[in-house]
Amino acid sequence: MSFDIPDDRQYLESHEWALETDGVVRVGITDFAQDELGDVVFVELPGEGDHLKQEDDLGVIESIKAVSDLYAPVSGEVTAVNEALFDAPELVNEDPFGEGWMLEIDADDTAELEALLTAEAYEDQIA
Amino acid sequence: MPLQTPPLRGAHDERGAKFTEFGGWDMPVEFDSIRTEHAAVREDVGVFDVSHMGQMHVTGPDATTLMQRLTSNDVSRLAVGDSQYAAITNEEGIIIDDTVVYRLPNETTASSGEHGEPTYLFVPNAGTDEETHERWISYRNEWGLEATVDNRTDEYAMFAVQGPNAPTLVDELTDESVADLARFEAQYATIDGVTCWIARTGYTGEDGFELIIPWSEAEHIWGLIDCLPCGLGARDTLRIEAGLLLSGQDFDLESNPRTPYEAGIGFTVDLETEFVGRDALEQVDVEGVDEKLIGLQLIDRGVPRHGYDITNTDGRVVGTVTSGTMSPSLDKPIGLGYVPTEYAEPGTTLQVVVRGQSKKARVETTPFIDTV
Repeated sequence: MSFDIPDDRQYLESHEWALETDGVVRVGITDFAQDELGDVVFVELPGEGDHLKQEDDLGVIESIKAVSDLYAPVSGEVTAVNEALFDAPELVNEDPFGEGWMLEIDADDTAELEALLTAEAYEDQIA
Repeated sequence: MPLQTPPLRGAHDERGAKFTEFGGWDMPVEFDSIRTEHAAVREDVGVFDVSHMGQMHVTGPDATTLMQRLTSNDVSRLAVGDSQYAAITNEEGIIIDDTVVYRLPNETTASSGEHGEPTYLFVPNAGTDEETHERWISYRNEWGLEATVDNRTDEYAMFAVQGPNAPTLVDELTDESVADLARFEAQYATIDGVTCWIARTGYTGEDGFELIIPWSEAEHIWGLIDCLPCGLGARDTLRIEAGLLLSGQDFDLESNPRTPYEAGIGFTVDLETEFVGRDALEQVDVEGVDEKLIGLQLIDRGVPRHGYDITNTDGRVVGTVTSGTMSPSLDKPIGLGYVPTEYAEPGTTLQVVVRGQSKKARVETTPFIDTV
C-alpha cells in the first residue's frame, strides 16, 4: 500500500505534518497515520489562545479501535482550531492533508521547524 | 511464544487486512474499515474468520453428565442439533469462561451400538482451549466418568456469516436447506462436497450462521462465501451494541471476577442442575448481587474505554468501564461496565472519567440496538 506524502510540508516521527505559511504553522496527521488508526470518531484539541511548546501533547485523536496522542511540531500560540472536526471527525480519514487539518499555531520561532523530517525522510521512516 | 495463525492468514493478508494479537492468535482486525464492515453486517451480510475460537469435542456414555457438571445451563435439555449459551464457573460461582454447547448427532462406536453415544461440541474462547481441555480431563478423572474429551481447535476453522441477508447467502451454499433452522439450532450440511457444522448462532445481534469447517478446507469454503470480509474490530463494535460480553474483558477470573448474575447472564444458570459453582450461585441468587453490569451512553463528548473509572455525580468512583466504543450504528459513545446496583437503574446519571475529565453519562438498557 502506498500513502500520500506531499513534499510541500514537514513531518514528525509521530506522524503529524506541519505546513508553514508566513510564520503560521498548520498541523494535521498523515495519510499513513489515518490509515493505521482507521475510522476517526473523536478529536480533542486545545483552545485558541493556548500556548504550546514543541513536542508537547497538543490533543488526542480517537478512532473506533484506538486512542492516540498528538504532538506539537512547533512552539507558539494556537490561532485556529478546525471545529469542523468536532461534528465530522471522518474528515481526517477522507482528506488528512486538507480538510482534515487540526489547528494552526503562530510559531514563536520558525527555526524550530528545522528539526522536523522532510517528506523523503518521513517516507523512509514508514517504509 | 509465536502467535497461532488461522488457516487463512495468507489470504487475509493478500486482501489487505490489518492484524492484531487476540488470545494468542494473529487475527484480522480490519479489512476495509470498521465502519463499512459494521454497516454490512447490520444492513446486509458480512463474514468473519473466527478460527481462534476453541473447538472441544466430548463423547461417551457419560458425556452428558460431564457437560452438565461443568457448565451452568441444563445440557440434558439439548436434543441433537440444539445448542445453548452457558457459563463455565469455578467452585465460587465465578465465571471462568462463556461458551456455546452444541449437541452433535450421536457418535457410533463399536462398543456403543446402533444408537451411539451422546456427543457434544463446545466452543470456549480464544486461547482458553488448553486449560479448558485440562479442566474437563481432570474432573472426568476425579469423577470416574467415561467420556472422551478432544481438543480439536487446530482441526477446525470457524466462520461467522452474519447479517439480515446471511440466511439467503448460506442457504444458497448448502446442498441441504438450512433456512429453517431456528435460533440456536444446528445441523451438518454440505458445501461444495465438504461436510460443515452449520449453526444459527452468532455474536453480532444479527441473524446469521456460524460454520465449523475442517481446517484443510477452510480456504476453499472461505472463497465461496461471497460477501464483505469483516475483522475483529467490527465484531467488537457489533457485540457491544448487542450488549454481549467479551471473555477476559467484561469478566475475567483474575482481573474482573464476576458471577453470571452480576454479568447479566443469569439466564445461563439452571440451579436445578448439578454443576461446579452451583451451590455458591444459589446463595447469590437468594441474597442478590451488590454490583451488576450496565450499559451506558456518554452524553458529553468523548469515548468510554476499557478501564476508565465510573463515578457518581459527586465524583466518587463507583465502578469501571469494561468495554466501550463509538457506536457506528447509533453514532453515540456507548459502553458496558459494573456499578453498585443502586446506580444500575436505566436513566441514572453517572460520569465516566476520560483522561482526567468527568464526562456525563447515562445508564441505558442493553442491548443498545434491536437484536434477533
